[in-house]
Amino acid sequence: MRQIPRWADVVLVPLISLVLAAICATLVILAIGQDPWEAITTMVTGALGSAYGWGYTLYYTTSFIFTGLAVTMAFHAGLFNIGGEGQAQLGGLGIALALLFIPWPHWTVALLAAIIASAASGALWGAIPGWLQAKRGSHIVITTIMFNYIAYALIVWMLVDVLRPAGQAEPATARFGLGIPALSDIPGLNLVFTDAVPANISLFLALIACVGVWALLWRTPLGYEIRAFGKSEPAARYAGIRPVRTVMIAMALSGALAGMMSINNVMGESGRLLQNSSEGAGFIGIAVALMGRNHPFGVVLSALLFGFLYQGGAELGLWTSIPIDLRVVVQGLVILFTGALDHMVRMMLGVFFRPRKVA
Amino acid sequence: MLQSPNTAPAIELRGISKAFGPVQANKDISIRVAKGSIHGIIGENGAGKSTLMSILYGFYRADSGEILVDGRETPIPDSQSAIRAGIGMVFQHFKLVQNFTVLENVILGAEDGGLLRPSLSKARKELARLSRDYGLEVNPDARIEDLSVGYQQRVEILKALYRQADILILDEPTGVLTPAEADHLFRILRGLRDQGKTVILITHKLREIMEITDTVSVMRRGEMVATVTTRDTSPAELAELMVGRKVLLRVDKTPATPGEVVLEVEDLRVTHNGVERLKGVSLTLRRGEILGIAGVAGNGQSELMEVLAGIATATGQVRLLGRDLNLAGHEDGRDRRRAGVGHVPEDRHHLGCIMDFAAWENVAFGYHREDDYRRGPFTDQAALKADTAAKMQRFDVRPPLPDLAIKHFSGGNQQKIIVAREIERNPDLLLIGQPTRGVDIGAIEFIHKQIVALRDQGKAILLVSVELDEVMSLSDRVAVMFDGRIMGTRDAATTNERELGLLMAGVTETA
Repeated sequence: MRQIPRWADVVLVPLISLVLAAICATLVILAIGQDPWEAITTMVTGALGSAYGWGYTLYYTTSFIFTGLAVTMAFHAGLFNIGGEGQAQLGGLGIALALLFIPWPHWTVALLAAIIASAASGALWGAIPGWLQAKRGSHIVITTIMFNYIAYALIVWMLVDVLRPAGQAEPATARFGLGIPALSDIPGLNLVFTDAVPANISLFLALIACVGVWALLWRTPLGYEIRAFGKSEPAARYAGIRPVRTVMIAMALSGALAGMMSINNVMGESGRLLQNSSEGAGFIGIAVALMGRNHPFGVVLSALLFGFLYQGGAELGLWTSIPIDLRVVVQGLVILFTGALDHMVRMMLGVFFRPRKVA
Repeated sequence: MLQSPNTAPAIELRGISKAFGPVQANKDISIRVAKGSIHGIIGENGAGKSTLMSILYGFYRADSGEILVDGRETPIPDSQSAIRAGIGMVFQHFKLVQNFTVLENVILGAEDGGLLRPSLSKARKELARLSRDYGLEVNPDARIEDLSVGYQQRVEILKALYRQADILILDEPTGVLTPAEADHLFRILRGLRDQGKTVILITHKLREIMEITDTVSVMRRGEMVATVTTRDTSPAELAELMVGRKVLLRVDKTPATPGEVVLEVEDLRVTHNGVERLKGVSLTLRRGEILGIAGVAGNGQSELMEVLAGIATATGQVRLLGRDLNLAGHEDGRDRRRAGVGHVPEDRHHLGCIMDFAAWENVAFGYHREDDYRRGPFTDQAALKADTAAKMQRFDVRPPLPDLAIKHFSGGNQQKIIVAREIERNPDLLLIGQPTRGVDIGAIEFIHKQIVALRDQGKAILLVSVELDEVMSLSDRVAVMFDGRIMGTRDAATTNERELGLLMAGVTETA
C-alpha cells in the first residue's frame, strides 16, 4: 500500500469523497427530472444563508457531536457502539424524570441535574452491553442494537402508562418547568439570532465535551488504558489493564455522551419527552465518527457537515418539488463515500504521491 | 554493456537507493547474484536487507538505480512484474489462507479463467511434478491450519515455484523453524540450486550463512559493505563486517554468587481448555543468579512465565520474597510489577508493546499509572518523553526518537526499549522470554550484558529461551522443561548440549 502524506489523508481524502458524493447526488436529482443547481442553492441558503438557518444547522450539529463522540469513545476501546439511539433516548428519560418531579430553583441548577441524569442513564444503557460483552462474550454490536429496541419499548411504556398527564391523548410527558436558553436568548448572540432558533447553549456543552474526550483519551492514564485495550487485548492484560473494567468504563462513557445529546433536543428544543426523541441521531453518530476519523475535532467538523445536510435537506422538502427523502439519499451517499469507499479515494490519491520513478 | 544471457547474473542491482523521509534505508547498492547459486544477504535488523528485497519484489520503488534480470534491464513497479520476471518471495510471516487446502493456496491469485476446477486439476499435476523434482513432498489436500510451520513454509516455496519463479527470495526463513525443520529447508534449498534455481537468503544468523550459502553480501546501515565467497570467510569476520567493530559472540560473566531466595514455586499446575499444560512445576531462584529454562517451544515455558507475570491463573504455590502470590486471578500484571516483578515477554509484538503507539507511550506500558509518569490526573508527557530519550541514550536505541511509533523500529531496537522499561524499574525478579528473538548481533551482545549486569546487582532472573546456546551461555543453572514438567536442573558450567538435549526430548537419566 502506498503511503500518502498525512495532510492529504486528513484534508484531501474527505474533501474528494464529498465531491464524489455531490456528483452522485447531482446525477440522482437529474434522474428524477429536477434541477440540481436549484437543489444546491436551496440547501446552502436554507442551512447556511441566514442566522435562522444556522440556528437549525447548529441545533442538529450539537446532537451529532454528542453521538459522534459516543461512537468515537467506544471505537478507541475497540468496541463498535451501535446503541447511541437507545442510549440517547434513555438520556431523555433521565432528563424527564429529573425535571418533572423536582422543582429546581433556577435553570442553571436544572441544567446541572439534566447533565447528571442524562449522562447517568445513558451510561447505564451503555454499560450493560459492555458488561455482557466483557463477562459473557455477547457481541457488543448485537447487544447494543437489541438495547435500542428495549429502550424504545421502555419509553413507550413510560410515556403511555406512567408519565403521560391524565387526559392527554398524545404519548408524551408534560412540559418541563425549566428549559435552557436558546442562542437567540443570549445577550449579544441575540443580535445575530434575531428569530427564535432551536440551537441552544448545549452547543457549548458539546464543544466542552469534545475537549474533554480528547483530553481523556490522549492525556490521562485511563484514556491510555482504553486506547491500549482497543489496540490489543492480550497486550493490555500484560500491562495490567483489566479488560472487564476497561470495557465497562469505555461503554459507560460512550453511553453517557450519547445520553447527553438529550439536553439539546429534549430539554432544549421540545421541553418535554416525546417518542423517538433522538430521531436517528444515534445512527448518524456512526457516520459522523467515521468521517471525523474518530478524533473529537474531526467529529466537530463532520457533525457540522451532517447538520448542514439535515437542515438543507429539510429546506429542500419545504421549498422545492424535490422530495425530502432526497436528504436521506444525500446522507447515504456521503456515508458511502466518506466511510465505505474512503480507501478507494486514498488509493487513487496514492498515484499522485508516488515516489520518483526508478531512473 | 550487452552480455550474453548465459553468463549474465540472475539478478544484478546497480546503484539502488531508497529513502524513507530522512532515513536512508538503501544507499547506492550494487550487487550481482550468480545464476544457480545460493546468495546470502546478512546484516543487522534495520540494515536495509528487507527494504532491498522489497524493491526487488516491487513493494517499494527505488529512488534511483536499476534492476537487471538475466542481464536485461527490468523495471519492477509492482509484485506482478516481479512474478513475471521470475522472482518469487517467501516472506517471514506466511501469506497463506488458513482454512484453505494446500492446492487452493497454491493457485490463489494464479487461477486461470472463472472456473476453479480446471485450474485445480492442472495445479494438482504441476504440484506433483514440483514435489518430485525438488523433494518438496506435501499433501495437496491438507488444510494449512493442520500443517506445522515448516510444512507451511514449503507451501510458500511451492507457490513461488508454481508461478515459475527462477529466483527465490527467502526472508529470515528459519526464524520460525525448529533445528530439524531448518535442516530440512536447507536440503530443499540445495536441491533447488542443483536444479538451476537461484536462491537469495536474507538472514541475520551467521551459522546459516556459513552452512548453506555460496556467496554472502553484508549490509550495514543501508550500505553494502562487502560481498565475499562463503568458503573464504569466517563467522567472526562476517560479524565484524555487520556490526562495524569486533563483537563478542560469547557471554562474558563471572561465576554467580547466589543470595537469599527470591522466588519459590511449588507444584504449579495450569490447565488450559482441558489440557494440563503445567504438571506440577517446582523451582527455586535466588538473588544474583540466572536460571535458564531450556526446552522445545510449547512445553509449558510460556504458561510458567504468564502465571508468574500475573497474566494467567494456576494452582499451586508461588512465594515472592517470602510472600504468597495469589494465583487465582485476583492479582494482575500491575500488582506483580508493584511486587517487584519485571517481565520481558516472549512475544514482544503480541504482548510486550502496542505497535501503533509511539516509543514513549510504550515506555509507559504497564507503568502508566506510576507517580513519576503522572501530573495530577494527567499523564506527564514531558517527563515520559524525557525518560524515553534518556533510556534510548543509555540503551543505544536507534533512531533515538521518542515520538516515533514503535513499529518503525527494528526488532533489536524494539527489544531494547522493552528491556530498558522492565530493567530500569529495578525489579527483584526479572522474567525474560526469548530475549534475543529477531534481534541482531550487536543488540544481542548488548542485551546479554544488561541481563548479566542486573544479576550482578543481586537480582534474580528467570530466562526462557528456545535457543539452547543462549540458555547455556547466559544461565548459571539450567532447568529443562518437557511436557509441562521440569525434567532436571543442571549447573550451566558443567552440563553439555547432549545432556540437555536428552532432557529436552523427555529422557531422564534414570530411564
